[in-house]
Amino acid sequence: MCALPRSVRVVAWFTALVMLVGSLACNGGGTGPNGSTKLQGAGASFPNPVYQKWLSEYGNIHPNISIDYQSVGSGGGIKQLKEQTVDFGASDAPLKDEDMKSFSGEVVHIPTVLGAVVMTYNLAGLNNPLRFSPDVIADVYLGKIKKWNDARIAADNPGVTLPANDIVVVHRSDSSGTSAVFTDFLAKISGEWKEKVGVGVSPSWPVGIGGKGNEGVTGQVKNTPNTIGYVELVYAVQNKLPVAQVKNQTGSYVQPSIDAVTAAAAAFVASTPDDLRVSITNAPGAQSYPISSYTYILVYKDQKDAAKGKALVDFLWWGIHDGEKFAKELQYAPLPAEIVQKAEVKIKSVTHGGTALRS
Amino acid sequence: MTALTALCTLLAVGALLIILSYIAWQGIGSLNLQFLIDRPRPVGEGGGIGNAILGSLVLLAISSVIGLPLGISVGVYLSEVGTGRFAGAVRFMVDTLTGIPSIVTGVFVYAVLVLPMKHFSAFAGGVALALIMIPIVARTTEEMLKLVPHSLREGALALGAPQWRVTLGVIIPAAAPGIATGAMLAIARISGETAPLLFTAFGSRFFPSSLNEPIASLTVQIYNYAISPYDEWHAQAWAATLVLMVLVLGINISVRFVTRKRF
Amino acid sequence: MSAVEHNGLRFGFSNWRRVLSPTGNTGDAIFRIAMLLVALLMVAIVVAMVWALATDALMSIRQFGFGFLIARKWDPIKGDFGALPFVYGTVMSSVIALAISIPFSLGIAIFLVEQAPPYIARPVGFLVELLAAIPSVVYGLWGIFVLAPVLREHVQPILQTAFGWLPLFQGSMTGIGLLTGGIILAIMVTPIISAVVRDVLAAVPGSQREAALALGATKWEMIRVVLVNGAPGIAGAIILGLGRALGETMAVTMVIGNRAQISPSLFDPAYTIASAIANEFTEATGDLYVSALVELGLILFLVTFIVNGIARLLVWNVTRKTGGVGRAA
Repeated sequence: MCALPRSVRVVAWFTALVMLVGSLACNGGGTGPNGSTKLQGAGASFPNPVYQKWLSEYGNIHPNISIDYQSVGSGGGIKQLKEQTVDFGASDAPLKDEDMKSFSGEVVHIPTVLGAVVMTYNLAGLNNPLRFSPDVIADVYLGKIKKWNDARIAADNPGVTLPANDIVVVHRSDSSGTSAVFTDFLAKISGEWKEKVGVGVSPSWPVGIGGKGNEGVTGQVKNTPNTIGYVELVYAVQNKLPVAQVKNQTGSYVQPSIDAVTAAAAAFVASTPDDLRVSITNAPGAQSYPISSYTYILVYKDQKDAAKGKALVDFLWWGIHDGEKFAKELQYAPLPAEIVQKAEVKIKSVTHGGTALRS
Repeated sequence: MTALTALCTLLAVGALLIILSYIAWQGIGSLNLQFLIDRPRPVGEGGGIGNAILGSLVLLAISSVIGLPLGISVGVYLSEVGTGRFAGAVRFMVDTLTGIPSIVTGVFVYAVLVLPMKHFSAFAGGVALALIMIPIVARTTEEMLKLVPHSLREGALALGAPQWRVTLGVIIPAAAPGIATGAMLAIARISGETAPLLFTAFGSRFFPSSLNEPIASLTVQIYNYAISPYDEWHAQAWAATLVLMVLVLGINISVRFVTRKRF
Repeated sequence: MSAVEHNGLRFGFSNWRRVLSPTGNTGDAIFRIAMLLVALLMVAIVVAMVWALATDALMSIRQFGFGFLIARKWDPIKGDFGALPFVYGTVMSSVIALAISIPFSLGIAIFLVEQAPPYIARPVGFLVELLAAIPSVVYGLWGIFVLAPVLREHVQPILQTAFGWLPLFQGSMTGIGLLTGGIILAIMVTPIISAVVRDVLAAVPGSQREAALALGATKWEMIRVVLVNGAPGIAGAIILGLGRALGETMAVTMVIGNRAQISPSLFDPAYTIASAIANEFTEATGDLYVSALVELGLILFLVTFIVNGIARLLVWNVTRKTGGVGRAA
């Protein structure tokens, strides 16, 4: 019988166990039944909560379509779409012209929801939110304003006693669409920022410490006194951090809110091109919050698989119409009506073999 | 001096208990049966890590099947078979492999497996984890095999057993607890890895149905929840960490039991 | 069963086995070839990795040349890249981690093997190994929420008051920086080193201990003999730990501050190569950016090579002086 050494027997048992687990994996679960259409998406982490909600709700309505979305970051989504390892990508910032050329086909941008980048801080003894002018923010991040009781901060906040402490600047250490939106805003209102640092997902920050991800910055600001940082609105709200009011182009200090963000998008409607790639920071309009942005889903204009393409455009159509009501509950700003119309045109332009998938 | 070493041990155990109790304190609230068998749901609707647990087990199984035999074989080669400069070069390369950031391994497997196949898969994830596992297992196996006294080898050879018999039947069982330590360290290490899986196994909302598709895993799920803004998801991340540690503990105990010295 | 019985195992071929194996045994031939193939596979994998890294890094190498290694600026927007701050951060955080971890790990291993009774040693050893199973992202979160505040409020002020004259301990105390990164790495590396050293010490034959004691050594002198005996194994353990420290990504990136700068103070933020790749790779657009990041990875390979080489030299030195490891039964 068993004359094999014990070590070999152990290995044999182990392999048998592995086969068992493997077969369980291949037969068990039940989701992804045969005949269903499967879609894979990847991209921005900012809209992940609302996309997960959309996918779940859509899955309830259409159980034979299973769509998966993984938040690996805007850049990750773009890369995977380019390599065609996913069916759709998601990105906070729209693609630049030269990036679009490197794709094997034309890429369509569908805006889904809107978000805001807010200034949050950790300062003791304040009753009301702080107010900032845009140039003050730029100079804080350039390292020119070093103390909390600087005259220019005091000018924005009359009657508030500010401590004489050093400002601890917190920025993002990882590449991120949030940084891109923030630097886009700073470059528009500060010529010095535009020249010295520029706009991008991973700027070379003149001062400050880096936190990883929105939650890293949130954690830093929450736990370290005298800090200032920029995060997505939903992070500040969920973690009950104070949020500053920012002065917009027309001169009013605007409290970041979902409505203020939608107002910013609406203010830009006239100048939004048909391909919907637009930056809406520093928006005009009295109600507009100046650091707002769209987030997009990216798909190839020409879909290779008819069934997948149809499922995709149907989902996108549902998203920009029925999906928007879920956005507000999760603190994402819905699209203004005019943009929904423009997005409809874009969705209808997606084809398979020359024929539109949705007319 | 005894006090000093005892103090070191106390501090290490203390650190573990501090971290574990922090994890438990944060996560125990979310731990219930539903959490363990359900798949993830949108925020506010509960949900669970059932698919992630199964996914982690599958990935662990694939990487162990690839990594353990290869790693132990390399260790055996370096200790028993290899001689001279080539063995020295192999040893050097294995040492270097231990220092590669797991994310670089992940990117490598992405370029070599995912891109040609044009999709993410559990298989690619298993391969990436195996590549991380192999150097750890190889080095510890080599060290443990070297520590087996020569008299054991000589005795077996003198009795006429061929080398492969001596190695498989005498030396490896003699070094088995040590090799098991290496295997345990490797398994513990890869069960906590996130970065390589992000590029290979990717992640999924669903239960796994094939090795050729993206698959969920506890670490990626923990990572996604931990970096989200929601307290509910944070609590789930901590609870999932507890589950992960129990899993690794379970594997640890069972392997120790199987490889215990019987004399 | 006895290892030397050949129940039911016969090999029928007679011609080629004599050619392939010195003992003339087919089983041996198959065994040796199989092992050799696996070793070759290992080499092939490493070579493939280095080659893949090198080809992707080529653009950056051509652009910056040698200057990449000593340049200090990292600016993705302007396309100006330099590796020195990352090399500094990687090496320094690993040095700090090992400096803290090695004494602790040795202490733990000695305690568990030489001094503790088995009913304590087994469960406690288990617990220490469990530290290796905590996911690195959890270490990072624990670091931000527990370790950093503790350092900021209690430890760093003490260090600054006591040793503030050293540039190492000057600077603003935020709890996030090189020191925190080093400490987290030390905690992550300790279970690896201590577990392996434990097994190494346990495998040193009892005869060595008895011989030392018989010659009149005190308990601690005997332990020194045991340590020297196991020196190559201990070195192997340290190299494993070092490997983890150099390549650790998630936990470090959450607590080290991620600022590409070289500062003499341990309290200031720093940046490691692994963190840089993790933070920026997925979002990196533009071929030069990606290429520069890949070149960083290649440099890490190089750093690992060099450090391993130094470690090997040290071990060879130690074993040479003491006449090698005594493994006679």
